[in-house]
Amino acid sequence: MTQLDAVMAKVRSENRAALIAYIPAGFPSQAGCAKAIKALAEAGVDAIEIGFPYSDPVMDGPVIQEAANISLKAGTNAAEVFAALKVASRTGVAAVVMTYWNPIAKYGVEKFAQSIAENGGSGVITPDLTIEESDEWIAATKKSGINPIYVVAPSTNDERLKNVTAKTGGFVYAASMMGVTGTRDAVASTASELVARVRTVTDLPISVGLGVSTREQAKSLARYADGVIVGSAFIKLLLEAPSEQAGLDAISHLAKELALGVREGR
Amino acid sequence: MIIEGHFGEYGGRFVPEALIGALEELEAAHNAAQKDPAFIAELAELHRTYTGRPSIITEAKRFAEHAGGARIFLKREDLNHTGSHKINNVLGQALLTKRMGKKRIIAETGAGQHGVASATAAALMGLDCVVYMGEEDTRRQALNVARMKLLGAQVVPVTSGSKTLKDAINEAMRDWVTNVADTHYMLGTVAGPHPFPTMVRDFHKIIGDEAREQILVLTGKLPDAVLACVGGGSNAIGIFNAFIPDAGVRLIGLEAGGDGVETGRHAATITGGSPGVLHGTRSYVLQDANGQTIESHSISAGLDYPGVGPEHAYLHDIGRAEYRAINDDAAMAAFELLCKTEGIIPAIETAHALAGALIVGKELGPDANLLINLSGRGDKDVQTAAEYFGIPL
Repeated sequence: MTQLDAVMAKVRSENRAALIAYIPAGFPSQAGCAKAIKALAEAGVDAIEIGFPYSDPVMDGPVIQEAANISLKAGTNAAEVFAALKVASRTGVAAVVMTYWNPIAKYGVEKFAQSIAENGGSGVITPDLTIEESDEWIAATKKSGINPIYVVAPSTNDERLKNVTAKTGGFVYAASMMGVTGTRDAVASTASELVARVRTVTDLPISVGLGVSTREQAKSLARYADGVIVGSAFIKLLLEAPSEQAGLDAISHLAKELALGVREGR
Repeated sequence: MIIEGHFGEYGGRFVPEALIGALEELEAAHNAAQKDPAFIAELAELHRTYTGRPSIITEAKRFAEHAGGARIFLKREDLNHTGSHKINNVLGQALLTKRMGKKRIIAETGAGQHGVASATAAALMGLDCVVYMGEEDTRRQALNVARMKLLGAQVVPVTSGSKTLKDAINEAMRDWVTNVADTHYMLGTVAGPHPFPTMVRDFHKIIGDEAREQILVLTGKLPDAVLACVGGGSNAIGIFNAFIPDAGVRLIGLEAGGDGVETGRHAATITGGSPGVLHGTRSYVLQDANGQTIESHSISAGLDYPGVGPEHAYLHDIGRAEYRAINDDAAMAAFELLCKTEGIIPAIETAHALAGALIVGKELGPDANLLINLSGRGDKDVQTAAEYFGIPL
């Protein structure tokens, strides 16, 4: 059982949803990232996803692209990702990495899974790894005892939902809509339909991501989802803040709001 | 061994889950169409009456004098409507788009050849068309931007990343993830997730099928070598495919060496890259130690891509095809030579294959027959070439 499994069980026993925050390693700076992780944990976030910045992020909108560019220009690589993961896990929250596949393939599949475990990580979200290409990865995650977290989308049919969730650990990442990451005014109705369909094929916790940025949205998602994932909204605050401290204050404030939201849904 | 969607260890699908449904739908539509006499007849009729197929073969006698005396035959894809081989693929995919009931196509383009071809097919078949093009390339290929607009397409300059073909593909994929229900992504080369490498090859294999018959009639035998330039690799697969079972025919792909592979400023993915995943497929990739894509460099916008089709990676690894790098200067020398010896202005992409022929011809000697895919014409490159040769405009 990973720390993530424990956190998801705990929030279920508290009859609420988990708040899961995303931040790319090395953003807004190496030191700033560590501070942001601590601020998020202190504000009541249950789990943190550390993003591995990648040169060709086809699932990401402009906000995360910009953050990834800033981080890559500062020289972020696997070592910084694992360092950030360690910082996150030491705060006591469940810590996972979110990465496109090629950095894992280049690092070494088994070695990557092992490094995740060694740095206190619970699992890895792989948004462009299909289950058909996953044999080596699944074996590696089993060996290291970490959760392979897969994304499902509104377009995923029922048959496939069964197959994808069968390979998944920790939680199922349900993409709320067809699209890339970024804040949206409203969370699409496709989210509740997808979560309902996933429920019929698995008992795993289901977390919803894409487009969430407000306490109200977190509250409405928490009615039916086990976790609420927020990324671009935090990054936008850090990008727009006049100073690093102002950015940290802003994400701390938002995280506290969202933490209330995930407790108000039911 | 080739299993569905894979070429040895290459190919496959590395894409967001949101796209799987569309890829499965496309695969099914393509497989059904390949067995449907009505589809085959419709595409053949379009090629006869619109593309201008079969394309002819021209023997380049004066050019061959500079290639060790080998006989050189040019498969004239430059004479197709829209000026390159790209039309073969877009007409096929546009017919599939209609069969799938989709009304909108999106495409990426580097040099603009595939964008122009996509805009053309969309105009012909009444589809909406959006073309993503790196901002850098919209400047290099301004004429093609105007051409696409005249054809009714919307051209979106891409300002992210390196602002070239790689980033245009990223942006097209983001559009597709968002609008996949009514949109077909008309990918322009034999890369990307399955079924694209297979499907795009199937639409281009007509090049090699025609050429093999034509060369047998012309010379009574198979050529000693078949040469083509390789960016993503669609024209090369198109002409190679028919000759793959002919063990005696050497298949030679010419990659863009840019300033020289040793300088790091190049687009020679097989020569200078390593296995990895980019844009949904596993193949050779120009990448750093962390798996981040390295920006490619080439005088030719159409070859300026840090990936390559997975079938090429496979043909390379099993030794069936060989890949060499041609530097910018060698390509431009061959470009000029073809202009002045044959009265044919080739695309700068294609000039890489011509430069390869000058080398391979000398290696094989005067008894050799070389078949080159003259994949595109150079009208679009006049400005780049004029700047290169110092011709005032």
